[in-house]
Amino acid sequence: MDLDFTAAQDAFRAEARDWLAAHVPAAPLPSLETAEGFAAHRDWERTLFADRWSVVSWPEEYGGRGASILEWLIFEEEYYAAGAPGRVSQNGIHLLAPTLFEHGTDEQRARILPQMASGEVIWAQAWSEPESGSDLASLRSTAVRADGGWRLSGQKTWSSRAAFADRAFGLFRSDPDAGRPHQGLTYVMFPLDADGVTVRPIGRLDGKPAFAELFLDDVFVPDEEVIGEPGQGWRVAMSTAGNERGLTLRSPGRFMAAADRLTALWRAQADAADSAVRDRVADAVIGVRAYQLFTYANASRIAAGGSIGAESSLNKVFWSELDIALHETALDLLGPYGELSDDADEAPEHGSWAEGYTFSLAGPIYAGTNEIQRDIIAERLLGLPKGRR
Amino acid sequence: MRFLLDDEQREFARTLDGMLTAADTPAVVRAWASGDTTPGRALWARLAETGVFALAVPEEHDGLGALPVELAVAFTELGRHAVPGPVVETVAAAVFLERLGDEAPAAAWLPGIASGKTAASLCLLSPGSPYSPYSPYALDADTADAVFVVDGDTVRLAESTGPLQPSADPARRLSRPLGGTVLAKGPEVAAAAAHAADAAALATAAQALGLGRALLAQTVEYAKQRTQFGVAIGSFQAVKHRLADVLIALEFAQPLIHAAALALAAGDSSSGRQIAAAKVSACEAAYTAARTALQLHGALGYTEELNLSLWIRKARALRYAWGTPAACRARVLGSESDGRPYEPDRATQKGADG
Repeated sequence: MDLDFTAAQDAFRAEARDWLAAHVPAAPLPSLETAEGFAAHRDWERTLFADRWSVVSWPEEYGGRGASILEWLIFEEEYYAAGAPGRVSQNGIHLLAPTLFEHGTDEQRARILPQMASGEVIWAQAWSEPESGSDLASLRSTAVRADGGWRLSGQKTWSSRAAFADRAFGLFRSDPDAGRPHQGLTYVMFPLDADGVTVRPIGRLDGKPAFAELFLDDVFVPDEEVIGEPGQGWRVAMSTAGNERGLTLRSPGRFMAAADRLTALWRAQADAADSAVRDRVADAVIGVRAYQLFTYANASRIAAGGSIGAESSLNKVFWSELDIALHETALDLLGPYGELSDDADEAPEHGSWAEGYTFSLAGPIYAGTNEIQRDIIAERLLGLPKGRR
Repeated sequence: MRFLLDDEQREFARTLDGMLTAADTPAVVRAWASGDTTPGRALWARLAETGVFALAVPEEHDGLGALPVELAVAFTELGRHAVPGPVVETVAAAVFLERLGDEAPAAAWLPGIASGKTAASLCLLSPGSPYSPYSPYALDADTADAVFVVDGDTVRLAESTGPLQPSADPARRLSRPLGGTVLAKGPEVAAAAAHAADAAALATAAQALGLGRALLAQTVEYAKQRTQFGVAIGSFQAVKHRLADVLIALEFAQPLIHAAALALAAGDSSSGRQIAAAKVSACEAAYTAARTALQLHGALGYTEELNLSLWIRKARALRYAWGTPAACRARVLGSESDGRPYEPDRATQKGADG
């Protein structure tokens, strides 16, 4: 048992650190949930891609470096420690790309992945519907067979990034007569500017259009936009859901950087005699370290030939709740400044605590609510009987 | 990097688990609590045969060398089975004696500790640093073969003990060590005591992890079997989610323990902070497991009769042993180099600039 890095891994870390030091914008970019910020973040993706840092874990042919999971974790640690911008391509890179690697065709990979890696095409997810949230398999949007493709109709919602993104991916009911809700679904990609698609941005809690409703009215998509077999969409999508909750969606690096900033804030701002706030800062530091180590253990397990299944639900609950607690502590330390919105001129640290707090509040909701995750933990890891949700 | 226990370490855990399962530890615990240490000492001897105590004793004194990771593996199993006695304190005493740098006491006690002949206790009467745990009580001092009492830079071998002060965990027999002869005096005593306290905190964290895992396993089994309203109570979300939270807390405490053990083995300067993080996380996870076990067993869980009580009550006691939650959290944020708490720079305080 060890926690040692190889010389090659140390060199990789140093290379990433040097590149980031030379390229990370000096001033933070505007929020990526605004039109201006989205464009700036898209440019940043292009900068990353130019030196093959946008998708380090992908094969070289698609713009990556073929990095191992551990190297990816190292990159992420350096990335967030350098204060680099949020990743506007997150949905595509971490949700769609793993599905394409596993279920896509060579043609799809060659057509889609390089443009995703460069930020030329930015993807939104289109899972939820007004009547289908946690019970996703009850979804009602349809894909009807047409000559050379499919016609999509229905309504999607809570579609992250869709206000400004180029394309989206989601599940559609292609066989209404299939026996069970999760059968007869098809995984389809579609352009957000196609005829028949209406995008209505939705303001999240702080008013920024971080997600959108999508109305699809007889939207034609050709066959090459279907991933996997028609009717097998649930199985195809679930491999993505596992990725989302598992190692790749929120790497420890982002929380390590936040914990370092929190500690610095505490040292600068806090009354040393206030042990209540000190305990909360300590718990954030401990939680982040635990998450880093837990992830190293998972990476070791995968490297040793194992796999991560329902265990990824432990991860998701842990980081999402840690993230909120960490940001709440920071806002409390800021006192009256904790009230300021991230776009206030006088918001501390360019509003990053306020923005981070708002972002953290969504964590227990997206990628499978924490209630669903706890059901998964109880049933699949502890072996408790299924019951009513 | 391979941050996983190796096959040999896992096999060691399985061996201990199997041996302790067969040993009917609840009966041993109840006997120990009533003052009958015979079954407990018999179990102690068997633990020594597997090498548990030798893991804290260097080879020149008949031990296996200081092996913190293996020690953590062993104490997780001891905790899983709620093994009674001064197991942590004996390991701490071994570390203390080795670090003292005085050959005579080391040669006098360490071989006996390694072989299981000697059960020792150790207590720190005063804090050596702002973070070092201290207590006026020594665990199981009334039955231990040697009781080491550190007070500042002096260590003495206690002569007798005061009256028993019943603990929340009846298997933990607390008393004040009294009298005795001075064994050593000087700065090396305080330094050795700090190392001993770290070893004790790490072993306690591992013990708490095992304790929590046992509480979770017993409660999951109960929730599968107990039916109300015609179904197993484990099918209710309110029950499931509490148990899921216990598993999360335990799963994230475990790597902190293993990393702290690696840091201790490597003599890393951050090992004290890492041990503190592991101690508070594992003990809070075990305590959450105990509260959940109590609640989900209903009135049955509130009884002394049910063996579950042996685990529930130990979970409470371990939170305070070898570093309270508050002391551990303070240490996590403390300076690594000098062991002193962080002193804020007043110039950067809000208000200093108006």
